[in-house]
Amino acid sequence: MPELFRDYLPVVIFMAVAGAIALALMASAIIIAVRKPDPEKLSAYECGFKAFDDARMKFDVRFYLVSILFIIFDLEVAFLFPWAVSLGEIGIYGFWSMMIFLVVLTIGFIYEWRKGALEWD
Amino acid sequence: MTVASLFFYLFSVVACAAAVMVISSRNPVHSVLFLILVFFNAAGLFILAGAEFLALILVVVYVGAVAVLFLFVVMMLDVDFTELRRGMLSYLPIGGAIGLILLVELILVLGTWNFSSEAGKIAEPIAPGGVTNTEALGLILYTKYFFYFQVAGLVLLVAMIGAIVLTLRHKAGVKRQNIADQVARNPATAIEVRQVKPGQGI
Amino acid sequence: MMSLLDHIQGTAALPEIFLVVAAMALLMFGVFREKSADIVNIAAIVVLGIAVAMVIWGGEGRQEAFGGSLVIDTFARFMKVLTLFGSAVAIVLSVNFMKTEKIERFEYPILVLLATAGMMIMISANDLVALYMGLELQSLALYVVAAIDRDKAKSSEAGLKYFVLGALSSGMLLYGASLIYGFTGHVAFPEIARALAAGEPGLGLIFGLVFLIAGLAFKVSAVPFHMWTPDVYEGAPTPVAAFFAAAPKIAAMALFVRAMLAPFSGVLPDWQQILVFISIASMVLGAFAAIGQTNIKRLVAYSSIGHMGYALIGLAAGSPEGVRSVVIYMTIYLIMTLGTFACILAMRRKDGQVETISDLAGLARTNGLHAFFLAVFMFSLAGIPPLAGFFAKYFIFMAAIKANLVTLAVIGVLASVVGAVYYIRIVKLMYFDEPAERFEPMVTEVKAVVVLAGLFVLLFALFPQPLNSLAEAAAASLF
Repeated sequence: MPELFRDYLPVVIFMAVAGAIALALMASAIIIAVRKPDPEKLSAYECGFKAFDDARMKFDVRFYLVSILFIIFDLEVAFLFPWAVSLGEIGIYGFWSMMIFLVVLTIGFIYEWRKGALEWD
Repeated sequence: MTVASLFFYLFSVVACAAAVMVISSRNPVHSVLFLILVFFNAAGLFILAGAEFLALILVVVYVGAVAVLFLFVVMMLDVDFTELRRGMLSYLPIGGAIGLILLVELILVLGTWNFSSEAGKIAEPIAPGGVTNTEALGLILYTKYFFYFQVAGLVLLVAMIGAIVLTLRHKAGVKRQNIADQVARNPATAIEVRQVKPGQGI
Repeated sequence: MMSLLDHIQGTAALPEIFLVVAAMALLMFGVFREKSADIVNIAAIVVLGIAVAMVIWGGEGRQEAFGGSLVIDTFARFMKVLTLFGSAVAIVLSVNFMKTEKIERFEYPILVLLATAGMMIMISANDLVALYMGLELQSLALYVVAAIDRDKAKSSEAGLKYFVLGALSSGMLLYGASLIYGFTGHVAFPEIARALAAGEPGLGLIFGLVFLIAGLAFKVSAVPFHMWTPDVYEGAPTPVAAFFAAAPKIAAMALFVRAMLAPFSGVLPDWQQILVFISIASMVLGAFAAIGQTNIKRLVAYSSIGHMGYALIGLAAGSPEGVRSVVIYMTIYLIMTLGTFACILAMRRKDGQVETISDLAGLARTNGLHAFFLAVFMFSLAGIPPLAGFFAKYFIFMAAIKANLVTLAVIGVLASVVGAVYYIRIVKLMYFDEPAERFEPMVTEVKAVVVLAGLFVLLFALFPQPLNSLAEAAAASLF
């Protein structure tokens, strides 16, 4: 385990420094800044009117479609990493195994393309 | 207490606290941000367990992609979450009771913890011979676990078809670009010559 | 030591491979050709038919594929044929409905094909990973088809409910599987059985087993994991509900049988008591909750919950007779359910599909054939001799008594008496009440399904032997 810890020591130091800086900034704002809140100051400013509505608005469902398609190909790429690292040893079977996987997903990709899921009209 | 167990408790305490915040924070966007914190801590736990590849994939896929998807869904729903959560307190007693029973059961199980003699061996994180984590995965995933790998591909295919079947719709009356058609236009198909008589128009 | 080639070697799984490749080919065909739904429907039915032939003539005895991840034995072959048959009939029933409701899409049969491939993996699964992968492939496709009528709130709601609860149950199943792996050190069923035989099972393993059973009970919609069933059946388009009630139930039950008997036959008393509880709860709830229903699809949903309870009695017996009775029960259940759903599909008036039970009033006078066969299915579901449903229950109860589960059998008989009330109420409604408005005439293929299923149910008593001996051979291959 110490070996593992040594491998990740830079990351740990980095995280610690990042956390310390973030905390220091927030803490200094709390300690130093002058704060005199009142309801008017805290309310959302809409050109002098009272807020009409919730700030949130409905998104188009197409954003969702794009992002889920992105996740699927993200996962596909995640599968490619170990394959690329070990391709020299797993030989021809490993190669064709990945090719079959890619063909399956490429069929999905062609379907998606033909369906026009990649277009934004 | 070793450094490793110190980090283990750090990660797990933060993960549990953030998980509680996911379900208890008022603003759904904050919930998603706490969820990201949970993912990061889970990744830390994976690293402590020696599964470095999984830890980083967790960060790439869950933090990078799934959390974004969650944000979209939260934005898309347009539900007043405080309204929704109003009834939650009334379910708390029964939910808490079930949780308590499960906790007691878990403690009972812990009392008779009895691992198989081989369990220690299979939980060994890194394959022998100084192979890296990623390579150790690669050595078996595509050949020994060929079948599972291909079925995983099929599951992804179904997910793709499903997402398109359920959400894709084309607006009617939108003029889309069709590059091939546009490029293939020539004067003969694009231009029509008309004789316009004065004072009449077309 | 197994060589690498054994892990890639999948000739025994050719029907599954064929199904998947054909589904992808049809996907490409469908997307490159306009208005391809009709052709893809027919092609999907043909593909399922070819897969049946490949399963039947694919070899004898016990074969393994992919390094033992899948096992193909007589039990698997029989259940696979049932599943493929159920999926094919579900597509047949859907064609006309989808067209009239204007939700016809070529993706539907393709998703059914992919779901069926998942079911075949479930039936053959011989380790925990294959079990989970098959289950996920099947479930994911089913979530989508539940919501296929996406512009109707009910259908989307059905898909969403099914998805959320299904994901929860998958989580439980996975948790259980990981506990089992942790305590035995193996994922393959034979290895787990060996590890259990070698030493005393710990409480942790039983804990994992409980979670595994919870996940599987969700998939067969047994109480207390049944909540999704009525809502999904009601919300999903009727042919989709027919599909849900038929093929996935067969596959999930086959998976349940194999996942209990192959690795855990050594700890039979431990899971037997859970199954006894689940089956009693399902039978009782199925009988009582159905009484108050006004929607016929919800009624059939509760009835299917009850039927899963009866089938689980056979599994709880844990004996070859028990498994044989489960196989017979599932076969007869499949045919009765498909017939019933075909009758429900035929409940169409000029202004669209109707689903309330009161719409059936006086059907005997407006459409005698429809009423007669629906009555046959209702009597058979109630288990009234000499119809097929009676024999199904008879074998189950005999197996339970032989395994010293007499109380369970008695509760089963009592529950079926209560259940008979609501089945017979429908028959009374059709034959003795004032006629409601007449239904549109049945479509040819729906009528064919109704008549064939009805004849099977009516005439099973005369020829029980073929099914009996097939079921016996299937059960024997598991022990």
